Amino acid sequence: MSLKIVVLAKQVPDTRNVGKDAMTPEGTVNRAALPAIFNPEDLNALEQALRLKDQHPGSTVTILTMGPPRATDVIREGLFRGADDGVLLTDRAFAGADTLATSYALSQAIKKIGMPDIVIGGRQAIDGDTAQVGPQVAQKLDLNQVTYVTTIESVTDGVITLVRTIDGGIERVQAPLPILLTVNGNAAPCRPRNAKLVMKYKRALAPMERPADGTLPYAEEYDKKPYLNVTQWSVADVDGDLAQCGLAGSPTKVKAVQNIVFKAKESKRLTAADAEIEGLMKELLESHTIG
Amino acid sequence: MNNVFVYCEIDKYTIEEVSCELLTKGRKLANELGVQLEAIAAGHGITGKVEKEILSYGVDKLHVFDDERLYPYTSKPHTSILVNLFKQEQPQICLMGATVIGRDLGPRVSSSLHSGLTADCTSLEIGDYDDRKSGKHYEGLLYQIRPAFGGNIVATIVNPDNRPQMATVRSGVMKAEKVAEYYNGEIIYQEVAKFVPDTDYVVKVLERHVEKANNNLKGAPIVVAGGYGVGSKENFDLLRKLADELHGEVGASRAAVDAGFCEHDLQIGQTGVTVRPKVYIACGISGAIQHVAGMRESGIVISINTDPDAPINQIADYVITGSVEEVIPKMIKYYKENSK
Repeated sequence: MSLKIVVLAKQVPDTRNVGKDAMTPEGTVNRAALPAIFNPEDLNALEQALRLKDQHPGSTVTILTMGPPRATDVIREGLFRGADDGVLLTDRAFAGADTLATSYALSQAIKKIGMPDIVIGGRQAIDGDTAQVGPQVAQKLDLNQVTYVTTIESVTDGVITLVRTIDGGIERVQAPLPILLTVNGNAAPCRPRNAKLVMKYKRALAPMERPADGTLPYAEEYDKKPYLNVTQWSVADVDGDLAQCGLAGSPTKVKAVQNIVFKAKESKRLTAADAEIEGLMKELLESHTIG
Repeated sequence: MNNVFVYCEIDKYTIEEVSCELLTKGRKLANELGVQLEAIAAGHGITGKVEKEILSYGVDKLHVFDDERLYPYTSKPHTSILVNLFKQEQPQICLMGATVIGRDLGPRVSSSLHSGLTADCTSLEIGDYDDRKSGKHYEGLLYQIRPAFGGNIVATIVNPDNRPQMATVRSGVMKAEKVAEYYNGEIIYQEVAKFVPDTDYVVKVLERHVEKANNNLKGAPIVVAGGYGVGSKENFDLLRKLADELHGEVGASRAAVDAGFCEHDLQIGQTGVTVRPKVYIACGISGAIQHVAGMRESGIVISINTDPDAPINQIADYVITGSVEEVIPKMIKYYKENSK
């Protein structure tokens, strides 16, 4: 049985390797110092999708991402590793979306792609760590759902068997398709790029990535090789309700943001002298900090 | 109507610690708002086993859902319980644990009800909000406070217009406190079939292996953590003694784990456990940013280090310049002498 698989992927700032220059002296995030990367757990999800494709000939893997035009990097990266095609959801009206508005946009796009057998994404994105978008998409599409997946054992006769991580252990579960899965970081890492696929797709572009002045290099290739034209959809293309998209469609609002700077606290300096240690312990006991 | 709801996570017949913490927080929020606290318990065979304990946290109304297909947890049935109950009861706030279950369930419920959900809150408060765009003033909203952007910023999130205001909170962040051993709350045994259609029972749990963690580092109020500067396995035992004395737990930096001073599951930091104890005693830890990422939300930080310029001293409230062997026995001694 061939499977129709959609991989949800996100381009994120690399918050894992936060170096000293990640924060400006004013305490704001220095975005320039954080490269944009393929969200790590989405790569684990892509690998699971590609494995299913290997096992079930005729299956298709479509990368779906929402973001600015440069997020097409994520689609290209997916194509280099074996995905069949990709869709970039991009529109100013999508900007400022919280997880709920994001899940609305993604679910509208999935409807337009055509109902897949499996929607799969990373457990969470490293810039928000919310783990919400996957289950929210599943609910909107009324799909079954299994989160924190580590291994897909089999897909047979429309039933998927898999292992997932739970608090303090593991669970083996079985569920009918169609289903949405979110994949944990401890699942198999993604296979590397395939050199042939890199050659094939390296010039793949979304329409909005094309130079505005019409000076597109190798312009004739895009007519001859339609796979170089990455599908790009706007709110209107996915039949989106503007009231449910972007900032307007987001029930959560950011009231305030406070930057954390490693500002030197005013520390009390003590020596190891008996009187000083005794003084400290007394102070902590009196304030009920300990004891 | 308009009450505060807490979803209680129940492992077989045991109420998870995080749920008790949230009931305690929920009670406080309900008091502040002048509304009732309601709780939801869903599982199999829980009738008669969980009610008293849940009520003891000051629950005014407990909704019990008991059906053999509700345990082990699967997404759809529990989602239907919350969605349909909330449509009926119209809560203003819903809290659940930022556990594997809470993070699987919360988003589905929020997606269905079109309500805002904030994950992994580290603090919840009640306050007002002025929307600059619409000029509208809101009173008594839930401030959902959480670290974001890899822990580099802390954001305060509000849900002005949509209800319930939903939030998940990690285990150990809040404190569980019973109101009364026998709290006089109402118990409602709900008819599960009225809330959950049979078509929801689609995911089958074939096997389950759960091991209790052999430490309670995540939820410990006091953590005594050792780094490379502790010097040896034997000196690490000193840390254990101090931790035992203070009813805390022992943790470690990656350098200490790599040096073989202690087990890997004690590692605190970006690639280990994140802790936010009331007191963090850093012993011989230099304070690499990856370590600090896992403990920077600690209340009071005490650094014991022979190097007066160790980076961790910058974020410490107390800096003791001295060796672990010398300082820790003195801390134990003076704690014992003064705590009685």
